Amino acid sequence: MGALSHYLEQEGIPTAGISLIRPHTEKIRPPRALWVPFELGRPLGVPGDAAFQTRVVRALLSLLQAPAGPVLQDYPEDTPATATEDSSAWACPVSFDRPVTEETLSTSIHREIRQLLPWQELARERRGRSTFGAAGLPIDQVADFLLAWTSEQRPDSPRADLSSSQLLKLTAEDLKAFYQEAVAAQPGAMTGRQAADWFWGETAAAQLFVALRTACLAAQEPDIQWIGHNLLVPREQWSRFGIDDRWWHQQ
Amino acid sequence: MARLEDFDELGRDYLLSMPMPVFETTPWAKPPPVANARIAIISTAGLQRRGDRPFSVDSSDFRLIPGDTQAADLAMSHISTNFDRTGFQEDANVVLPLDRLRELAEQGEIGSVASMHYSFMGATHPGKMESTARHLAGLLKQDAIDIALLVPV
Repeated sequence: MGALSHYLEQEGIPTAGISLIRPHTEKIRPPRALWVPFELGRPLGVPGDAAFQTRVVRALLSLLQAPAGPVLQDYPEDTPATATEDSSAWACPVSFDRPVTEETLSTSIHREIRQLLPWQELARERRGRSTFGAAGLPIDQVADFLLAWTSEQRPDSPRADLSSSQLLKLTAEDLKAFYQEAVAAQPGAMTGRQAADWFWGETAAAQLFVALRTACLAAQEPDIQWIGHNLLVPREQWSRFGIDDRWWHQQ
Repeated sequence: MARLEDFDELGRDYLLSMPMPVFETTPWAKPPPVANARIAIISTAGLQRRGDRPFSVDSSDFRLIPGDTQAADLAMSHISTNFDRTGFQEDANVVLPLDRLRELAEQGEIGSVASMHYSFMGATHPGKMESTARHLAGLLKQDAIDIALLVPV
């Protein structure tokens, strides 16, 4: 982000930017940056809190009064803790109906989807929008396409405009969005970290992601391997699955 | 949470190993008073209008976000899996604060809000975005933009 500031400012456009990883901004030295201590993915801090977001925007705008730069200022306010900030104290109300007998990954995931569907529909209704749908496929087809990627025969893309590997990434995000929107429709505030810990710790869908990662790493094509290394299981969840794949040191 | 000490050792190792572009100097363009400024947002959250082309690995281009875009018409196709998306799912303004800018314009704290905003996909190495960014600067001037607010994800 800081590099874009350099390019735009060199062309005569004054900029002010939010900084998320302070050491990166210290190296790049953009003209005006406001470092914020918020969770990655939430540069304005708190969803649904207009007053909080406005304070961040005002702080960002205030950097434009500086007579000279580079300016790197720390935003002084952290996000308020939720009543259920402690993950161990937070109990996810979506308690899946566990099977008595062993079932396949496919059966588990389709069972979870059936149980989550009313919640995801409720979330869509309440919010008036949904971020599910980037792949343009219904949820069961999203799951089946991803499951097919873990089989011997890689699936063809059902979309003429996207390759199977492009669709892999979009369907992966759609599956997560479906689960996350569904669980957010439940009572009780939840941080992004809590939603992530629920998804990666409690669902069969997470097992599918781990299987997808293994399948991608076994592929011949470097771009598919890269998806496996970097784009399926978040780094902060690797320890849960015993992954320590520091691919960035192999480049 | 985006404090370095909030990441585990592996996450810190990744973040501190990322290759950064090197700039010998910092450019400085003098802005007008914010109260008179026309302001655009440049996001790197991989945002697109629903139905527009999704971003893919190494995308160095941008997508157009018209100023009257409603949250329901916004999608995110950033390739990274390493950031929270539940905030955006709940409220698009936590990533793209268009409503906040409109409110500040109505209150007279800023001059006006741009008719067009733009999103890159921040997982691409910034050096690959240089020519597109310089092209974007020309578009911003055409829209009489005085200030660009850069918002990563």
